[in-house]
Formats: sequence, structure tokens, C-alpha cells
Amino acid sequence: MIRQLFKFKGGIHPPQHKDISTRQPIKAATLAKQLVLPLHQHIGESAVPIVAVGEHVLKGQKIARAEGYVSASVHASSSGTVVAIEERPIPHPSGLNAQCIVIDTDGEDRWIEHSAPTTPYTEMPASQLRNLIRTSGIVGLGGAGFPSYIKLNPTGTRIDTLILNGVECEPYISCDDMLMRERPEQIIAGAKIMRHALQAKQVLIAIEDNKPEAYAALTNACEHEDIEVVQVPTLYPQGGEKQLIKVLTDKEVPSNGLPVQIGIVVHNVATAAATHNAINLGKTLVSRIVTISGDGVAKPCNLEVPFGTPMRHLLDQCGGLRNDVDRIIMGGPMMGFAMHSTDIPVIKTTNCILAATRDNVTPPSDIMPCIRCGACADVCPVELLPQQLQWFARAKEFDRAQEYNLFDCIECGCCSYVCPSNIPLVHYYRYAKTEIWAQEREKEKADQARQRHEFRLSRIEREAAEKAARLAQKKAAMKNPAAGAQDAKQAAIQAAMARAKAKKQAQGSEPKNTDNLTEAQQQQVNKADEMRAQAQQIAESRRSQAQQMMAGKQAKDEKE
Amino acid sequence: MLTAVLALTALAIVFGLLLGFAAVRFKVEGDPLVDQIDAILPQTQCGQCSYPGCRPYAEAIANGEAEINRCPPGGESTIIVLADLLGREPIPLDAEVGEEKPKMVAIIREDTCIGCTLCIQACPVDAILGAAKQMHTVIEPECTGCELCLEPCPVDCIDMVPIKQDIFHWKWPYPDETVPESKP
Repeated sequence: MIRQLFKFKGGIHPPQHKDISTRQPIKAATLAKQLVLPLHQHIGESAVPIVAVGEHVLKGQKIARAEGYVSASVHASSSGTVVAIEERPIPHPSGLNAQCIVIDTDGEDRWIEHSAPTTPYTEMPASQLRNLIRTSGIVGLGGAGFPSYIKLNPTGTRIDTLILNGVECEPYISCDDMLMRERPEQIIAGAKIMRHALQAKQVLIAIEDNKPEAYAALTNACEHEDIEVVQVPTLYPQGGEKQLIKVLTDKEVPSNGLPVQIGIVVHNVATAAATHNAINLGKTLVSRIVTISGDGVAKPCNLEVPFGTPMRHLLDQCGGLRNDVDRIIMGGPMMGFAMHSTDIPVIKTTNCILAATRDNVTPPSDIMPCIRCGACADVCPVELLPQQLQWFARAKEFDRAQEYNLFDCIECGCCSYVCPSNIPLVHYYRYAKTEIWAQEREKEKADQARQRHEFRLSRIEREAAEKAARLAQKKAAMKNPAAGAQDAKQAAIQAAMARAKAKKQAQGSEPKNTDNLTEAQQQQVNKADEMRAQAQQIAESRRSQAQQMMAGKQAKDEKE
Repeated sequence: MLTAVLALTALAIVFGLLLGFAAVRFKVEGDPLVDQIDAILPQTQCGQCSYPGCRPYAEAIANGEAEINRCPPGGESTIIVLADLLGREPIPLDAEVGEEKPKMVAIIREDTCIGCTLCIQACPVDAILGAAKQMHTVIEPECTGCELCLEPCPVDCIDMVPIKQDIFHWKWPYPDETVPESKP
């Protein structure tokens, strides 16, 4: 039976340029002398280092643990010595530095001891599988880097469909294509683990029809499996999670919602292969396939790259950069962002390194005014109004932009691509989004400051009131010193006596070890009792003496 | 004639009672406008507006005693939101009260600090920790950057440093382009 497919609104057909990097099989990248492993390679909290500088680590050894729920561990991607834990440039649009663990490789590339688990995954509970996936450091390898184990936790929702995303719709990128061609069995094995963890009814693998080799390889590998490989017509941005769900099932994920709410989970094919390596072979995530492409590099190809390898090292392996390179982009030409240097390392979300010449990317100059043609609204796959959003972002009317569902924008870049005036629309949305987040953070901080300020004011007020009360008391005591002092003293004495009485009563209960005493012991006890009685008498007489004296003094005071 | 007068009088009495009842029953405690304005202000409590804190300034704005452009820490964005709330035109920041600066935090040079507690008493949000003759330190996440602790310090050991940019707080810059004006 041929599956009925649907269509999402909008989308574009940019030139593919995929064939230039698929002519050669996947090659292993040569080992770099130094690997720089950022602690923040995923969405969520940064990992926390668990190694010290100077320590020798093995390939696959955990060097930073996941911190918090949304987080992922980081593992050494080759054997060597940790030489620094410090701030280094990481792949981020800001070009800022962040904490990294730096390893000088020893060239042996020796794995830490690992083995396939003794129990097959089919006998493991879903929670154990999730735990293994979490500690193996697996995150979504499609480009977003969301910790995968969370997406395998449906938290009570019945999962109807597991979709493996092999669409790879962005131009130039071919790492998933090559993976599907060469290692379909790993993807299938990973899909089965994911299906087991989710208890999903059906599994679909979606591939665009511009990858016939990958489709053939996976169909072949799925022959005896209950997994359906679906070929979908090529259209950008079909690889978007929500767009793909619409195409395959005609269901729409609610705004601000997650696919799991409608019983669907989507994972990238490379994530499935990594899951297979982690669960069935016990190998943690230490490398990924990266497409090195673009007209700026001599020999484009796909490389299996250990994380932390500097981009320059890979570009050199591909024959080096040509002179007319305009910029190095991580990701594709539609959604990627330019790198500030080629020393930046490959991380878990680096699917492509694009050495773009001026012809590959639209020059950012010659921007013209908006002519209200509406082309952007026609191609928006989320059915937003790009030009309205752009105006609100430009005027910094962020609340209006939010009313127009700015946060549903997936930043696919279709609107910028078709804009006849070359307006960088997506840049406006990214600007507005980060501004809104910053405002929210500031608001939170302001609320905290207000609370602390109000507390301080009330504390000062309370302290002043207490001081005034104390002063008033003192004044009263000064005015009538004898009575005040006497009253206070008397009260204190009374209280002390009451305490002593209570204590005596508590002690007065019969001691528990006085049964069956010998003669000598009995005598000792009697003697002690006598002494106690004497002491009490003395104390009594002294107390009465003191009281008499006090009474005398009081009388004298009064006379005076 | 008489009927009309009576009818109108009766109506006036009924509506008068109704309004009087509503005024008592649905009385609003405090001034909601002051709260709304106070919620917009950045709560640095710095006093640069010449009022002793954000709330007094909010009250002054609500009473029409102060302009909306006297808050340098809030800057342009606060003025825009205030203008929107009050239905006024946004105006540029009053140069007299200062200029918009990047967000800062106070740092105490701890080897110079003599433990006099003067800064602790000056801090409007209790963000400085310490005791008499003990070293003081700033709780950075609580510091609003108001600079009120600088002046009382007898040994000038407090520095204002800009908050360090990191990837978690980084913002995309405003698109750098010159698009000719066009009306939406």
C-alpha cells in the first residue's frame, strides 16, 4: 500500500548542491593534535567537568557529566592528556568563548574498555535505556542538539508513531544521506531500540526523493522489519519536525507545543545510529559524520570526525581553502551561521562545514525597501506573516511581534530567500527573540530586586520600631527605677525558682536502679541522702537569709 | 410635568444609590497605575531620577509630577513601554539625569576593604555581605548596579565592572542595514 502524503503550506526549492559531496564514501578524519571539547554542545545546561588538568583520558571516557534534566554528558573523543579546562571559542553566532576541555591527543586513539550489555535491550525497561542514552551523551544530531533521552520519555502519552527523519532538506548537507547509504543496518537497529523505549505502534523513516540511493539502501535493510520507509517529494524545509509530521500524518503540532502531545516522536537518523552504538555496542558518542562542502573547498566530501577537531584541520584534509572563500558557515546556507575563525571545533550539532564563496550565499548588501509583495508570506511553512513580524521587530514592538506568534518561527530562512528586496528577515526575528528573552530575564531580576528592596525597607522600619520600644522601656525604667528594677528582679527570681522546682520534680521520680541493693550499697545511698538533706537545709537557710536582707533593703529604699 | 419631574428624580436617586454602592463594593485598594508603572521600572533603586527609589518615581509619574524620561538604567526601552502604557509620545532620555550605560555590577576589591559596613548600609537591595571589621563582598546576582555603594566607601575599594557577555545571555545585534523608510 502506498502511504498517502500531505503537504504543508509554503516551502521553497533552492538549488540542492548535494552531489558535490556525495561522490566519495565516508572517510575517517585524521586525528588532530589537539581536541577542544566544549561543555555546551547541546540545548540545556552545560556539562560539568569530572577530569583534572594533567589527567590521561581514553577515547570514550566520560570527561564531563550532565548537570540537570536537560543536559548531556561529554566524552573524550580520542585518548590523550587533558591540558586545559578553560574558555575557548566555540561554534556560536556570537563568536564568544565558553568553557572547554582541551585534550592533547597521544596518537594511539585507544578506546576505554566497553562491551555490549549482557542483557539485550528488549529486556531492559525504558528508564534504563534512557539512562544509558543520557550517560552516552546522545543529543539530536540533526542540528538542534536536544538531549535525546528526553524525547524518549513520553511521560504517560501513548506514542502512536516514531518518525526517523532522513529528509535532510537543506542544500549542500549530505551527512545523513551518506549515513543512510552506507550504514542502514545501524539506523534500523537504533530505530528498534527507540521503538522499544517508546512502545510506538509504527515506525516511519522519511527520505526525500532526491536521495534514491539512501532510499534503496534503507528499503533493502528493512525488508524483514516492521518499519516503513517513506519517500517524500523534495521541498525545503520538510526536514523541520513539525513540517514532516504534517506531510506524513496530516496532523499539526499545536503552537508552543511538542509532537509528543499528539502521540508522535521524531528523531534524526544519525541519532538512531548513535543510539544503536550506545546500547548494542556500549560505545559513547565521540564522533559524527560531517559534510565538508561548498565551492570554497577543493575536495568536498563527508568525514567521520571526532568531536573537538578544529574545522581548519578538516578543511586542510579536504584539500584546503580556495582564495575566493567568503566565509565558513556551520550548518547549511539557509539556517547556518558564519564562524569567526577556522580554529573553532566540531561539536555534536555540526552537520556541515560550508566553505562558501560569494556566489554561494546572497551578499548582504543591496538591501532595498519592502515592496509588500507578500512573497514571504506565501513561502512561510508556519503560516506566519513575515513582513508584519519584520516591521514589529524593526520598531522594537516586541509585544506585537509575540501577538503575531514570533516564537512559532523556525528560522528556516524561506522568507529571506524569496525576498526580492534582500531584506534579512530571519536576522530580525532572531534579534527580536533574543531581545524578548533578555527582557524576560531582566523582568525577573527586577522583580527580585523589588522584593529585596521592599524587604529591606520593612526591616529598617521594624528595627526602628523595636529601637523606639526599647528606648521607651528604658525611659520608663529610669523614671521609676526601684519599682521597675525590683519587679524585673523579682520576676527573674520567681522564674528561676519555678524552673528549679520543675527540675527537682523531674528528678524526684524514683531512681530505677535501687532494687536488690547490697548492705554496703544501701548504706552509701543513705549517706548520700543525708548529705543531700543537709545541703538542702543550708541552701534553705541561706535563701531565707537573702530574702530577709532583700526585704530589709526594700524597706530602706521605700523609707528613703 | 409633575410626573416627569418625579420620574427623573426617582431615576436620579436609584442611579445615585447604585453608583454609591458600586463605589464601596468595588473599591480598588491602592493605585493600580502606580503598580503598573512600578512593574515597568528596572528596580535598580538607584535614585538617579532624583526620587528615593523606583516606587516613589512611579508615584510621581502617576501624579503627573515627573516626566517618563528620567530613568537611565531603564533607557529607551523603558521609555517606550511607559509611553505606551500612559498613552504619551516617547521622548528621549533626559540628559540631566545621566545616560544609558551597559549593565554593571559592583565588585569589592577585597584586599583593600577595611570592613566599615558603610556600603552594606547604602545597598538598597541588601546585596552586600559582611560584618564590622570583616571583609565585605557583593552577591553579584543580586546587585542591580545602582552605584550607591561607591560614594560612602572611605577607601574607594568598589569598582563597577560591566557584566561579562556569555553565550547564554548574548543577544543578536540589531540588523545592520539602511532600509529606507517605508510605512507599514
